[in-house]
Amino acid sequence: MATSTPQATFLDANEIVINMGPQHPSTHGVLRVILKLDGEKVMGTECIIGYLHRGVEKIAENRTYVQFAPYVDRMDYVAAVSNGLGYCEAIEKLLNAEAPPRARYVRTILTELNRISSHLLWLGTHALDLGAITPLFYTFREREEILKIFENYCGARLTTHAFRIGGLQYETYDGFEEQVKAFCDYFPPKVDEYETLLTGNRIWLERTKGVGILKADEAIDMCVTGPVLRASGVKWDLRKAKPYAAYAELDFDIPTGPNGDTFDRYFVRMEEMRQSIRIVRQAVAKIPEGPIMGKVPKIMKPPVGEIYHSIEAPKGELGYYVVSDGSTQPYRVRVRPPCFINLQALDRMCRGHLVADVVAIIGTIDIVLGEVDR
Amino acid sequence: MQIPLPPAIAPYFWPVVYGVILLAVFPLAAGYIVLLERKVMADIQARLGPMRVGPHGLLQPIADAVKLLLKEDIIPELTDKWVFWISPIISVVTALVALFLIPMSDKLPVPDLNIGLLFILSLTSVGILGIILGGWSSNSHYPLLGALRSTAQLVSYEVALGFAIVGGLMVAGTLSMQEMVRNQLAQGVWFVFYQPVAFLIYFIAALAETNRAPFDMPEAESEIVAGYHTEYSGFRFALYFLAEYSNIVIVCSIATTLFLGGWLRPFPNVRALDFLNYFPVIALAGLGAFCLLGAAREARTIEKLGMAGLGGALILMGLACLLPGVLPAVEGLFWFIAKVCLGLYTFIWIRFTLPRYRYDQLMRIGWLWLIPLAIANVIVTGVVMMLWQ
Amino acid sequence: MPEEKPPVVPKPGEAPAAPAAATSAAKAAPEAKAHPEKPAAVAPSGPVGEPWTGEIVEALHKTFPEIAIQAFTYLTQNYLIIPRESVVPVAMFLKTELHFNLLADLTAADYPKREKRFEVVYQLYSFSRNERLRVKAPVGEQESIESVIPVWSGADWMEREVYDMFGIRFEHHPNMKRILLPDEWEGYPLRKDYGILQQDERWVRENLHIESGQ
Repeated sequence: MATSTPQATFLDANEIVINMGPQHPSTHGVLRVILKLDGEKVMGTECIIGYLHRGVEKIAENRTYVQFAPYVDRMDYVAAVSNGLGYCEAIEKLLNAEAPPRARYVRTILTELNRISSHLLWLGTHALDLGAITPLFYTFREREEILKIFENYCGARLTTHAFRIGGLQYETYDGFEEQVKAFCDYFPPKVDEYETLLTGNRIWLERTKGVGILKADEAIDMCVTGPVLRASGVKWDLRKAKPYAAYAELDFDIPTGPNGDTFDRYFVRMEEMRQSIRIVRQAVAKIPEGPIMGKVPKIMKPPVGEIYHSIEAPKGELGYYVVSDGSTQPYRVRVRPPCFINLQALDRMCRGHLVADVVAIIGTIDIVLGEVDR
Repeated sequence: MQIPLPPAIAPYFWPVVYGVILLAVFPLAAGYIVLLERKVMADIQARLGPMRVGPHGLLQPIADAVKLLLKEDIIPELTDKWVFWISPIISVVTALVALFLIPMSDKLPVPDLNIGLLFILSLTSVGILGIILGGWSSNSHYPLLGALRSTAQLVSYEVALGFAIVGGLMVAGTLSMQEMVRNQLAQGVWFVFYQPVAFLIYFIAALAETNRAPFDMPEAESEIVAGYHTEYSGFRFALYFLAEYSNIVIVCSIATTLFLGGWLRPFPNVRALDFLNYFPVIALAGLGAFCLLGAAREARTIEKLGMAGLGGALILMGLACLLPGVLPAVEGLFWFIAKVCLGLYTFIWIRFTLPRYRYDQLMRIGWLWLIPLAIANVIVTGVVMMLWQ
Repeated sequence: MPEEKPPVVPKPGEAPAAPAAATSAAKAAPEAKAHPEKPAAVAPSGPVGEPWTGEIVEALHKTFPEIAIQAFTYLTQNYLIIPRESVVPVAMFLKTELHFNLLADLTAADYPKREKRFEVVYQLYSFSRNERLRVKAPVGEQESIESVIPVWSGADWMEREVYDMFGIRFEHHPNMKRILLPDEWEGYPLRKDYGILQQDERWVRENLHIESGQ
């Protein structure tokens, strides 16, 4: 790109610094990425985050355990149900209580539906970044069906606050099972439709294969978890390694990818959607009868101690480290944010690629700034 | 029509009238092409598109045009004022002049240049100047880089376009646009059947020439390298927009004239299919009936009246074609516009189906695949034609 | 220990809670526990749970005989308390020899009543053993702790966040800057003496040119 002109202009510089500012369509939120380029190649990136920092962990120290539960949805607002599940299970562990089987199954169903809706949103926006404008509308149409189920269940579509510490507050509504089963029949052909549009498409393959490779040992070293880690070849999923909710009793596979490039991450998430439908189908068939709320005290004062509990959120390992001082308010709540930690790998993945690939790589990590910044 | 005119201006009168009418009508038509794109886009994306402004959104282009005209004319401080002013004008003028030379029908007074196609291609090449000057005069390095990339892409794909056209020209035997169509009539076959490879290469190169997806990286990568028209707003942006859509119509028209038989109906020499001559009547009447159906479903009275009026007008036009002498006069124009619309629909369809190529992949396709293929096509055509003699 | 014996079934994969006597030649044992009935804001002043023994603790004591490593388990989650100077060697040993190769989380907590105010907490996970381990290192107010980036490079941003929120400096960190808050922010929000309604009034005044509304 350096041309020889009589006077030195910016075109002569070998290294250009370009700013992908906090507001722009391709970074899924307020993320600022500073790129150092040598001509077209990316030499290094620096992420500047914190535009959405709301001090959730500090707020937690000033709310009771029950009062803090709605705040948790607002972190990864796309997958709010998972956030709630992780938090409720962590506090249940601290209280040494357990949710009854029926609650565990309903939680599993809603969490898996949430996983599908999170992956659908990711797919739509990722395809949009790469120029395929149409899949966005199709994925949002499917997402509507899931959000209708959430709305029928707890009244909210996005920040659901669906679960309570100890179980569920609301019994499933009349027609819940039918609606979920209808969705399970409606959805798999749609995944095939997306695959037809994208997986076999030569342009898509050229844009995603070999882009943003993260090898398995690098991924583990960078503490990456979730679909990004699985696409690098590490077959690890918290739902199988340390089962929670009703996962121990359900049968599903863990997709992995061979190379750890953008295409593998795409492929892993598509397969995860299919596996989620499989889980939901089994869970709906097996929901036991029974109470929906376990034995938890009205005023929650967990004994002095601490707990770390994590679940497999759609973005990765979502962990809660809760320290209790015996009072009604937690002493310290730390949320282990999968997107924040996965975003560190952006620098490693972007080195040596062209500027146009940066957008693809940011999309493929699947970040939600609410979780990155909390 | 015979009007007594002094012999000095007689040959120029009707083409000038045609030109003025085209200049007046085409911007409106371009606006409706934008509406067509939005509606087809919406259809592909399982939604409806503009529906509010006018019945089924049919007055949307008027609203958009009025909005663009009423916007504040912002000229950034550090731009090169004269160049900034003239760049969109260069783009638009070359596009409209090229459009003027396209024979949409054998009955229209379009000047028959013996170098017609060459002239049109040179005009589109000059139009590229409008892009690079626009990026340069903006005095900001993102538009400049975008303009340079866009220009590099256009120039590369022009070579492929040219070679594909050479393939078609070898079969057509002439550069004159009207003569090409008459040759297709004489030989009784559209040249696309003689030169399918050339047509395909031409189509792909045309997508790249007009900066349409999947080759729209210079325009779409607006965060890192902004397009050349970043600093333009209001009417100046409308001019660039008009130039872009005019270019799309021009490349589709060239494809129609050279490969798809211009204003000829399918199988023009086969007498048994003469009933196809009445296709315009059926199409217009059918469209009119469709509009009346839509009118029945409209909610508000004014929209009902609008759609009913449109439907009625279309049906009347269809029936008017049955009057003696009318059909032969308008059928050429009808077929030409139908074929161009087919090309437009394909452009839009491709845009909303495929992802975008990265810039280096784009250039690689142009230089390493299309140009060699087009050259090979020319060589093979030449050999075949020599053996055929 | 005034906690009610939790009737907990050890989950598969976690080390069983062995209520054997702690065999560590430790420093001063943890002091009295806070009573659960006391009103709020009584921080846990020491480690909770029962002493933990097992092969991991044995291996650690064997490799680092001169380092005071305490091992406990609470609600079937095992944790170690190590002095801050020995973080990197212990971490390297845990990663390479005992295969705790994933650093799941790196965070801190503030216990102002304690002698060493902060506690940096590492959550480790081993793929091969499918086991979790927590490592805690108390750090005093003016003290710093060695960065574990040489062991796990993903600790980078997590340590920056701990610095941002608590003010704990990590030695030999390549980029010890604030990450979530603006660079010029003063104060460390997650400390217990940073009031929740406190805004950095000077920052607001200088940057937004208004008086802080809080």
